[in-house]
Amino acid sequence: MASAFRQAKRETAGGLTGDWPGGPWTETPDRQSGFSRQEATGRSAGGPRTEDEPDERERKNDSRGLAVTLRRVVKRFGDGPAVLDGLDLTIRAGQFVAIVGRSGCGKSTLLRLIAGLDAPGGGELLRDGRPVAGLDPYTRVMFQDARLLPWLTVEENVTLGAHGLGKREAKEKAREALRLVGLEKRARDWPSVLSGGQKQRVALARALVGNPRLLLLDEPLGALDALTRIEMQRLIERLWQQQGFTALLVTHDVGEAVALADRVVLIERGAVALDLEITLARPRVKDTGFAHFEKRILDRVLEPDDRAGGRAETAYEI
Amino acid sequence: MRGTFAGLFRRFEPLLPWTLPVLVIVVWQLLGSLGILSSRVMPTPVQVAEAAVRLTLSGELPHSLAVSTWRALTGFLIGGSIGFLFGLLNGVARLAEKLTDSSIQMIRNIPHLAMIPLVIVWFGIGDEGKIFLVALGVLFPIYLNTLHGIRSVDPGLIEMGRVYGLGRGALYRRVILPGALPSILVGLRYALGIMWLTLIVAETISSKDGIGYMAMNAREFFQLDVVVLCILLYALLGKASDLMAKGLERSWLKWHPHFGRQSAKRPAA
Repeated sequence: MASAFRQAKRETAGGLTGDWPGGPWTETPDRQSGFSRQEATGRSAGGPRTEDEPDERERKNDSRGLAVTLRRVVKRFGDGPAVLDGLDLTIRAGQFVAIVGRSGCGKSTLLRLIAGLDAPGGGELLRDGRPVAGLDPYTRVMFQDARLLPWLTVEENVTLGAHGLGKREAKEKAREALRLVGLEKRARDWPSVLSGGQKQRVALARALVGNPRLLLLDEPLGALDALTRIEMQRLIERLWQQQGFTALLVTHDVGEAVALADRVVLIERGAVALDLEITLARPRVKDTGFAHFEKRILDRVLEPDDRAGGRAETAYEI
Repeated sequence: MRGTFAGLFRRFEPLLPWTLPVLVIVVWQLLGSLGILSSRVMPTPVQVAEAAVRLTLSGELPHSLAVSTWRALTGFLIGGSIGFLFGLLNGVARLAEKLTDSSIQMIRNIPHLAMIPLVIVWFGIGDEGKIFLVALGVLFPIYLNTLHGIRSVDPGLIEMGRVYGLGRGALYRRVILPGALPSILVGLRYALGIMWLTLIVAETISSKDGIGYMAMNAREFFQLDVVVLCILLYALLGKASDLMAKGLERSWLKWHPHFGRQSAKRPAA
């Protein structure tokens, strides 16, 4: 019922500007995120200003995110030990959840299960109350590498995400999405001439162009340099606030998790070991509160673990 | 000083690849004119040119050229299509690969020119035998490179295509085939070389027309100028097909940093 109502509401809103309030090119600094578009992309803005912007808070109530529920989910590969062993996790619609854990703890496997790329070996996996059966058009994945098709231009790559739309509409949407990530001027370039950060921004545009209700991020910023990373984090946060999708970020960077997520989930030995609400206000600044959450999670991660043995030295970046 | 030299260099750069062939021809002509190189051993370039004009006017050269080109291209099309289809099929379907790959690998290792005696018995000395041999020679490089190209498409891109809702057909059309294309074109270039080689050998050994036959016939009458003309023709034909392959690379792989210009922009569609 409720989702049908939302659907109708979305349709009457019509077009992209209605769908993504705040407009792609508002020159006034966003009151909630506290930074302007110029800061986010390092480019000067110069587009039309949308007149009737709905309030950001109202927007978030009208969340079109997808809820995800996992009950006693088990996954093993071949005859090996279970990668995920009876994992329980409930993600509310519109929530931004970060999943952290040591390398090989199963966090990427979890993301692949939710995406529908792999099937669980046991347990229940629900998207909006319905069992997950393969890939669905409302779920988009951003990978660690951008995975752009080198033989398509930037714009054609983004159009790939608008699958199922008419040619003209898809093209328009692709332009709009590229504008959101500040790359509309590179629309006709080949991906091979872009920098790593730009490629990831194109990948983000491609993920967003189909108006996803669930965005899965598999360490998408892992290969970027520190500055580009901060820029991308802000961009992702802002777009998530504007569009209200559910976001699930897999990362091994605890600082990144605390900076972006409503909730940080630590996975250890295939199960949830820590589930922490990050109650900091947005935009997040690296103050004592931030450090507190970061330390709590890190301490828990680094707790001496008998069973892990020699794995104590792991790759964590802070 | 340096600047003018660089400018001069830039202007004449396109001619650079031609300096060596031209130099060779000039020296060759000089050696012949001075009598150092007997025309019984090697005709001079002028004599060869004269032969070319003579044979063109008599219609023999255009006819041979047409016949040979037709055989080469027909054989190439047949063999190339078969190789491409098998490469595609075996790259996509495990069962097909299990069934056919080892047989193809066995046949591949037979030098196809060793089959000439058999081919003469089967087809006589007409077109069919030559087309058969060309097709056989061309099949394997295309097959191997198509298969390899499809195998080496980044699985991450295929997974991405699935996540973004591409169906089976669209996945092949938009991800797998373009990804395999660089490798397929390498096979194509290689196959074009084999195409001419096979045809020339086959025409030289058993034929009643074509460039290879023209060369053999000329040898019987000791017309060395015609023999040399034929050899030069092979060089030109080989170069022509290589240019063709390069042109295809440039237009099909313009996205590739190695082939296209980095800043290449396509006109808005």
